[in-house]
Amino acid sequence: MDEFPPPLSPVEATELRRRQRGKNIALLVVLIALAALFYAISMVRFKVS
Amino acid sequence: MADPVTEMGGASAPLSSFELPAEARDWFAMLKPRVITLVVFTGFVGLLLAPGPLHPVLALAAVLCIAVGAGAAGTINMWYDRDIDAVMRRTASRPIPAGRIRAGEALGFGVTLGIASVIVMGLATNAVAAGLLALSILFYVFVYTVWLKRRTPQNIVIGGAAGAFPPMIGWAAVTGTVDVMPLLMFAIVFFWTPPHFWALSLYASEDYERAGVPMLPVISGARATRLQVVYYTVALVLASLLPWMLGYAGPVYGVSAAGLGAWFLIASLRVLWDRQDAAGVSLTRDAPARWAFRVSLVYLFALFTMLALDHVLPVPHLG
Repeated sequence: MDEFPPPLSPVEATELRRRQRGKNIALLVVLIALAALFYAISMVRFKVS
Repeated sequence: MADPVTEMGGASAPLSSFELPAEARDWFAMLKPRVITLVVFTGFVGLLLAPGPLHPVLALAAVLCIAVGAGAAGTINMWYDRDIDAVMRRTASRPIPAGRIRAGEALGFGVTLGIASVIVMGLATNAVAAGLLALSILFYVFVYTVWLKRRTPQNIVIGGAAGAFPPMIGWAAVTGTVDVMPLLMFAIVFFWTPPHFWALSLYASEDYERAGVPMLPVISGARATRLQVVYYTVALVLASLLPWMLGYAGPVYGVSAAGLGAWFLIASLRVLWDRQDAAGVSLTRDAPARWAFRVSLVYLFALFTMLALDHVLPVPHLG
C-alpha cells in the first residue's frame, strides 16, 4: 500500500511554502492575462462583425 | 504507486528537489525559448506578408498562440526524450533529467498549453490557422519526436517540417487560406533545418551516439554528413530565391537572398573542406561546423527580415 513520505524538515517546509506561493501567484497572473486576452479578442471580434 | 525515479526520467534527484515544486525559470526553460524566438519571428513575417488586414490585437493573439504552441510541443518533446536527455551532455541539465520538474507535471503543462493555444488561435483568427497550429504540434510530437527521432537519420529532414509551419500559420491567420507564398516560406525553413542541425550534430555526435539517437554523423559518418550539409544548403539557396523569381518578393529581397545564400554556402563548403582524418572526423575541433551553425541562425533571421523589409519598402516586384 501507499507509504507516507518522510516528514519535511523546517527548512524544506519553509521552502515548500515559498515555492507554492510563487506557483499560485504565477497561476493568478496567467489567469488574469488569459481573461484580459479573451476580453480583448471578444471586443475586437464584436467590433469587426 | 508510480516509481518516483522513473517518473523523474531516470535521473536521480535530491529529496528536496523531488518534493518541492520547481522554479518558474525551469518551467520557462521547458518551452525551449530559443526555438520560440525563431518560430515567432518566421510566424510574424508570414502574418505581415499576408494580404488583407488583421486587427493588431488579433495579430498579437495569433503570434502569442504560435509561441505557446511551439512551447507546448517543446515541452512534450522534453517529456518524451527525458531518458536520452539524461545521457547527453548538452541536455543533461534540462529540468526533467536534472530532477527539478516531474515528468508527469511537464506532460500536463505541455498538453494544456498546446490545447489552449489551438483554442485561442481558433477564437482569435480562424479554423485554418488553428488547424495548422494543431497539425504542427502533433507533427512535432508524434512524427518527429515519437516516430522518427530514434529510428532514422532522416529524422531532421522530415521532422523539420514541424518548424516550417509557423509562417504558414501566420499567413492563414490573416487570410484563412494557404497560398503559394506561405508554401515557399515553408520550403525555405524546411531546407534550412537539415544543414542547421547537421552542423550541430557534427560536433555533438558523441552525445547522440551515447544516447542512441541515429543522427546522420552517427549512422553515415562525418564525411557523408558534410556532403549532405552542402547539398541541402544548395537546395535552400534555390528555394530562398523562388519568392523573388516567381514575383512574390522584390529586388531588395532577391539581392539579399543571393548574398545571404552565398554566405551560408561558403560556411557549408568550409564544413566540407574542414581538415579531417580518413573517416571525415574533424582535426580542427569542428571549428567550421560551429561557425556554420552560427551562420545558419543569422541567415534565417536575416532572410526573413529582408522578406519583411522588401514587403514594406515601396519597390516594385517582378510579378
